Amino acid sequence: MVATPTERRVWQRYSRRERWTRFVLLLLVVAVLSWAARDVDIFWPWVWDAPAQIYSLADRMWPPDPRRLGEIVEALVETVHIATLATFSTIFVALPIAYLAAQNTTPNRACLWFARFVLVASRSVNTIIWALLFVAIFGPGVLAGILAIMCRSIGFVGKLMGEAIEEIDRRPVEAMEAVGASRPKVILYAVVPQVVPAFFAVIILRWDINIRESTVLGLVGAGGIGVILQGAIDTFAWPTVATILCGIVILVLLGEVLTGWLRSRVL
Amino acid sequence: MLEISQLVKRYGHDDPVLKGLDLCVEGNSVVSIVGASGAGKSTLLRCINRLIEPTSGSIRLNGQELSSLKGAPLRQARRRIGMVFQGFNLIDRLTVMENVLAGRLGYVGFFQAWRRRFPPEDIERAFHLMERVGIAQYANKRADELSGGERQRVGVVRALMQEPDILLADEPTASLDPVTSEQIMKLMRALASELSLPVLINIHNVAQARAYTERIVGLRHGRMIFDGTPERFDAAALEEIYGGIEAPDETAVPSVAEGGR
Repeated sequence: MVATPTERRVWQRYSRRERWTRFVLLLLVVAVLSWAARDVDIFWPWVWDAPAQIYSLADRMWPPDPRRLGEIVEALVETVHIATLATFSTIFVALPIAYLAAQNTTPNRACLWFARFVLVASRSVNTIIWALLFVAIFGPGVLAGILAIMCRSIGFVGKLMGEAIEEIDRRPVEAMEAVGASRPKVILYAVVPQVVPAFFAVIILRWDINIRESTVLGLVGAGGIGVILQGAIDTFAWPTVATILCGIVILVLLGEVLTGWLRSRVL
Repeated sequence: MLEISQLVKRYGHDDPVLKGLDLCVEGNSVVSIVGASGAGKSTLLRCINRLIEPTSGSIRLNGQELSSLKGAPLRQARRRIGMVFQGFNLIDRLTVMENVLAGRLGYVGFFQAWRRRFPPEDIERAFHLMERVGIAQYANKRADELSGGERQRVGVVRALMQEPDILLADEPTASLDPVTSEQIMKLMRALASELSLPVLINIHNVAQARAYTERIVGLRHGRMIFDGTPERFDAAALEEIYGGIEAPDETAVPSVAEGGR
């Protein structure tokens, strides 16, 4: 039996201190937002003008011009090729880096920090900036695009695979050490089978992302559909631009469908 | 023959887990090591195949000193020491056959291991042993599709594939139900005499230790405080090993439990 309370018991979700902290945090967020909104310089007349501009642009784009369709499809295929080759070559660099970057497999601290530095460097530079760099080195073209996508992907794949390696069950590793297997054989039998599902998931996801990334590479001259898009925009060939945009949307959708199907088959 | 003398294992600056242990196992005897959790049973077994580095002392297997080995000689020594684990430690995504053949990894080259091109005599031995323990029909099944008892049989066969000079078993039945765990204990005892293999079993179940092994070693706080046949393992010994730490499985050892009262 529960004793009857002598006075009404009070229950509150937050203590006084917690309420004050939450209030101060809220004020801080509002302050940062209003500071940002005040600081950026938006030219408002252009904003009010936007509906008219949208109408005008749509008018100039319509109907899409299919005359350069053959060339556009060719460039779209090239875009996919860039993504595919870049994703494939990423594997050979990202997996060793992932191995070094995982706490439980790295040979020593120096390797760990080296690998982590590579991963952070790769991810902190945007694909377009990598592309600018490689266009400067190798000149405009597909090679610069492939290298740019690859450099950005190494960080992504390496980090996720490194985390997958860190999450493996240690017990099979112990068992393989106990049978007298050398380090490479321990990795082959105890580590690799455990990270295979993660590997396919990550590679398929990255291929999907790389298709989308490689569509803009052409803007800096690194090959793919972006080259034609840039040319069309520069010459105000808006109906052609419309065709290209439609092509990109269809390509990305197809990529989405294909990777979705692959994922469901592999996993 | 396994000879352990003055084995000490200390983690950091803590009290040693093993405090100068001496143990000698000869011939094809099945020895069980009992003791409460934290008594050092697991550490002892793992020091033998060097999954854990001993702090000091000597471990000799058939005359070879194991405690100072490094690199390739250590791996060669490990090939002759089979180990069965509490959690089976199988590679779930590989097939039963691949798991079993993994016991040969110390003997084959990297490329052979990678392409799964094991010598025909290894495959023959694998089938033979799998038939012996009744798992041959699962050869091409994934290891995680098997039940606990079947998985532990895979673990035992993997260890025997090594053609070991000694078999270590770290709580091989602790993750199994009572019936299955009896089967595994019977199997290990039978295999030990068939292959004339000395077996060292860490075990929590005192009744099983008495029933299936011919020698019981009792550890407490890193020291050996009992060493003798199951007949000599009486209430006093049980009290000495487990007393004041935790209640042993009293229903499983009625005579001992009654005598203790």
